[in-house]
Amino acid sequence: MRRRTRAAWLFLAPAILLIAVFFVIPVGAGLLLSLTDFDIYAIGSPGVARFVGLDNYLRLMRDGTFWTAVTNTQKFVLIGGPLSVAVSLGAALLLNAKLVRMRGFFRTVYFAPVVTTLVSVAIVWRYLYHPKYGLLNFLLGFVGIEPIDWLGDPNWAMPAIILLAVWKNFGYNMLIFVAGLQTIPENQYEAAAIDGAGTGQRFLHVTVPGLAPTFLFVSVTTMIGFFQLFAEPYVMTQGGPLGATRSLVLFMYEEGFRWWRMGMAAAVAGVLLVITLAGALIQMKLQKVRP
Amino acid sequence: MKKRTVGPILLHAGLIVGAAIVLMPLVWMVSASFMTAGEANSLPPRLLPRQPTLENYAALVTRLDMVRNFANSAIVTVLATVLSVLVNSLAGYAFAKLPLAGREKLFRTLASALVVPAQVGMLPLFLMMRELGLVNTYAGVIVPYMASIFGIFLIRQYALSVPDDLLDAARIDGAGEFRIFRMVALPIIKPILVTMAAFTFLSAWNDFMWPLIILSDSEMYTLPVALANLVGEHVQDTELMMAGSVVTIMPALVVFLIFQRTFVGGIMSGGVKE
Repeated sequence: MRRRTRAAWLFLAPAILLIAVFFVIPVGAGLLLSLTDFDIYAIGSPGVARFVGLDNYLRLMRDGTFWTAVTNTQKFVLIGGPLSVAVSLGAALLLNAKLVRMRGFFRTVYFAPVVTTLVSVAIVWRYLYHPKYGLLNFLLGFVGIEPIDWLGDPNWAMPAIILLAVWKNFGYNMLIFVAGLQTIPENQYEAAAIDGAGTGQRFLHVTVPGLAPTFLFVSVTTMIGFFQLFAEPYVMTQGGPLGATRSLVLFMYEEGFRWWRMGMAAAVAGVLLVITLAGALIQMKLQKVRP
Repeated sequence: MKKRTVGPILLHAGLIVGAAIVLMPLVWMVSASFMTAGEANSLPPRLLPRQPTLENYAALVTRLDMVRNFANSAIVTVLATVLSVLVNSLAGYAFAKLPLAGREKLFRTLASALVVPAQVGMLPLFLMMRELGLVNTYAGVIVPYMASIFGIFLIRQYALSVPDDLLDAARIDGAGEFRIFRMVALPIIKPILVTMAAFTFLSAWNDFMWPLIILSDSEMYTLPVALANLVGEHVQDTELMMAGSVVTIMPALVVFLIFQRTFVGGIMSGGVKE
């Protein structure tokens, strides 16, 4: 028995050590860092950094750029998140229809964007969005839509990034929805049909309640994930035009690694942590409410 | 009767239009990568190269030294995958099958850390790497992938199904614990290790933010970082950038197609997040 306990510690040691040193300590240190004025001078000699309490957070509250980043991220999460979930659900319902042929083929195609490299597809879409030569404006021209300056117009840049994100991500949640749909017993549909329920009613009274837990899980995890928006604006717009696509994480990156204002950047990370924890808490509460 | 045929036709029409929209960017990327310079920026836009050429791919190798970046990506990805499978399988197995006071509590503490986004620790992690002299090294890139709480969680769930009788029988035969892990447990938990390896491979290959932060020298850049860096200077060279995108995406797509069942099964069984 003692031998086995010793083995247990030996087996756990590498993982626990790595997680402690490279994850737990940095997260804790990040919170401390956010209470200091750690900047470019402190990088050479960390002793220079001073404790400033909540100063960084207070400065963020007065910083217009920060609020723009918050608003942009909110837009991305609150419009892109639901849109992405809706597309996933639609695709899952189509795929799960009884009469579908070549189901495996369509599933693979729809899932493919998920495994692609975000940086690469962001570059591809950057060209698709080209106001003059881009394929998208060309295709829209057929239905009489005037060319849109997707990434150059502050009003269109965020929608453009949302479209890319939906395209890239919907396949993942689609699979989770398909799995959820398959857990709804067939006889529930049959019973509803015998009771005279049409397609629409069966969807409303059997599919919707059966899928509710999956829907909740997918919605919250997607929104939390969408808060971490970074690579798309970094590659496509560098946060522009006029800061219209600067996300919270991009703002953190710029503060920390472009201007080396590590204390400020850590405060932004702290805000991200609070938002994420709030999201997780909401999820836990909602799951308890469920019968 | 009529209604019965209209439904399936509409359904398949929808599926096909969806597939066309999903594939369009990828098909155009591949097509444009074979176009001659300037061809991708013509009016009306061209869907297929007039005369397919490999000059963009040649330029990636000769002018941009992308072979180097490809090798960096490959080294980092393979190392991260192998090490993470090793570290996490040991821990997952121990959590499932070895006696330890406070094991469940430790496990729950770890699981609760899952909600914390990785970006929160990135700034201090960078400063730490700097102190350790690991900035701009392969080790610096792979360190965050090596132990994954989620991977440990997955493997633990799966390892719970390893029969204790089998382990005890091996103990009576006098086998050491590591030997039992290797000879008895590993063959049984192999499917989940394949799943984990496949997902780790993809996330390490595709990752951007951490490599961008920790790598400072273009010689060391992984493909996504090199590519993002190139957009700046070569934004006009559409065809060249498309070739670079193809080279970056293809290994990920190939791995996905080979392990398709593993990926789809892993996500649908409720559990793997990217």
